[in-house]
Amino acid sequence: MHVLVVEDDRETAQFLQKALKESGHGADLAEDGETGQSLAEQGVYDVLIVDRMLPRLDGLSMIRELRKKGVRTPVLILSALGEVDDRVKGLRAGGDDYLTKPYAYSELLARVEALARRAVPEEQETRYVVDGLVLDRLSHRVTRDGEAIQLQPREYRLLEYLMKHAGQVVTRTMLLEHVWDYHFDPQTNVIDVHVSRLRAKIDKNFEKPLLHTVRGAGYTIRDGTA
Amino acid sequence: MALPERLAHAFSTTAFRVAAITVAVYLIFAGLVVGLLLWQTNRVLTNQVLSTLSAEAALLKSEAQSGGRDAVVRAVEARSRADGPGLYFLADAQGNKLAGNLSRLPPEIASMPSGGVFRYTPGAQSDDERLAVAIPVDIGTGEQLIVGRDVDEQRRFTGEMGTIYFLALGFLTLGGLLAGFAVSRIALKRVETINAAARSIMAGDMSRRIAVSGIGDEYDTLAINLNAMLERIEALMGGLREVSDNIAHDLKTPLTRLRNSAEAALRETGERAYREGLEHTIEKADELIKTFNSLLLVARLEAGALDENAELFDAARVVEDVAELYEPVAEERGMSLSYNVDASAVVTGNRQLVVQAVANLIENAIKYSGRPRAGTDSGSAITVDLRDGTDSVVISVADNGPGIAPEDRERVLKRFVRLEKSRTEPGTGLGLSLVQAVARLHGGSVRLEDNKPGLRVVLTLPKRPEDR
Repeated sequence: MHVLVVEDDRETAQFLQKALKESGHGADLAEDGETGQSLAEQGVYDVLIVDRMLPRLDGLSMIRELRKKGVRTPVLILSALGEVDDRVKGLRAGGDDYLTKPYAYSELLARVEALARRAVPEEQETRYVVDGLVLDRLSHRVTRDGEAIQLQPREYRLLEYLMKHAGQVVTRTMLLEHVWDYHFDPQTNVIDVHVSRLRAKIDKNFEKPLLHTVRGAGYTIRDGTA
Repeated sequence: MALPERLAHAFSTTAFRVAAITVAVYLIFAGLVVGLLLWQTNRVLTNQVLSTLSAEAALLKSEAQSGGRDAVVRAVEARSRADGPGLYFLADAQGNKLAGNLSRLPPEIASMPSGGVFRYTPGAQSDDERLAVAIPVDIGTGEQLIVGRDVDEQRRFTGEMGTIYFLALGFLTLGGLLAGFAVSRIALKRVETINAAARSIMAGDMSRRIAVSGIGDEYDTLAINLNAMLERIEALMGGLREVSDNIAHDLKTPLTRLRNSAEAALRETGERAYREGLEHTIEKADELIKTFNSLLLVARLEAGALDENAELFDAARVVEDVAELYEPVAEERGMSLSYNVDASAVVTGNRQLVVQAVANLIENAIKYSGRPRAGTDSGSAITVDLRDGTDSVVISVADNGPGIAPEDRERVLKRFVRLEKSRTEPGTGLGLSLVQAVARLHGGSVRLEDNKPGLRVVLTLPKRPEDR
């Protein structure tokens, strides 16, 4: 995966570049909006990470310009402004996801990988399959090794989101945002409780666990052992 | 201020300029009126003279017709002798004087068949020129007769009238300007009071207020309004100072802990210890960030108004969804969470904020109502209710835990206030402050009540934003 980081704070930018390289991704840097825009227009990147406050051309204007020119590369906006209306403004400008500074790197990585995945031309998938676990998006039925699994509507959506990003790490915040559409920091382990309920239904009576906890990051559903 | 400066200052005031313009306009009109008056007076007097003259001319003409030339000569001589304003000149066709008190035929009149004004010198001894009006009279016998009248008195009269008028105008101008000056001085003095107060406020004396004279005029209204504005600003500044003092104080504690944790890790040796120390430090930093974010959010909500994100949404759905989200959490801790929600309750507001407020209340109930003790059902049940009223939606979250003593109920709504028994649970001490800020933003309120046993928190949101 190839990422463009548009960030004017050199220390932050270099930290991101180094961390992304360690995670196995290539990363280029741009220090201002204009440079960022001209690099992004080449269309070689899988994801853009764009800071909101940039010299010469601010982040949101840069994204707007790119979208006007037909550049569809997914964008993760980084911002010190974290209120609901700031997020709405960012997404309205053409951003695909929004992360408030300061953030945990694991959160950023999970979101960038999820965005890169979205960029892959998504043939209207009607079934998600991970090993013997099958989620049919048309009939809303879930089976494992042919055995039907009964899920509550919310559990179904939780599983759907995890399976859509199978093989990738999904953070608790991402789950709260995408499954519940909530944007706040819970003070309790509310997401963990829901995930462990789901795990009890899909993994408990089977030999091979599919839903894994990634320490310090979140969850992932994948075929293989932890 | 020296007098010239003060004068210059007064001249440059709006009040003085307005007075000066008023006086100037008034002067132009008054001048026109006086001119018209004088002209009209003159005309009336002249007409009067002319009608007297034509009456006299008619008399002399009839004398000539009945008595011929000699009768006219006699009549003119008789009249000329009379002591009066009458002026006469009678000459034969060749221009030789026959009778009259004028020494010669006034050339101005000879050429004017309808008569006119001329100057003459009465008596040979005087060179005093006087004004007169005369008309030529055709008495039908070929002689030239001029009948006139001395109008020098009239001229003097109108002249004096004019002088008086213009003097009066002069006095009026002076008076107007003086009045304008005085008014501007009074206005200046009032404005200067406001300026002086403003200057000392800018210099830092925030408690200074503008004196109100008590007359109840526009300046008093202005002073009262400015004072009210200053009052509000001072209160806001006071609030801000208190908040920043609190923030400084309350962030110091977690910052110190963060520092301590890093320092402790540094004293250790071995990679494992370092790793653990760093993880602990990051954990502390995350807590600090969480607190900081909540604090910013509360501050922003308290300062702000509902913005463009206000939308119509069903609070019943929100409460149901959030309760559903937390149901397994309560269950995991051996509690029960039940909810009883009316079919629908549409309110205008910020959905995300209401979600967060309800989530905070439920999390508080889960965290602080305590784990159930054996043999009692204390702390085992949380109930969430939503009632859809006519004007407002009432959301309540109740538990049967230890509750909060009545004297602490107001206090816990304040920032960073955590009761002793709750300090063991993780939290920022900002949860209820945020709930209150959200309620206030929507024009609603938060009330803490006794659930007998336990605590009931009641969040009221008005349905229509215009009720705020």
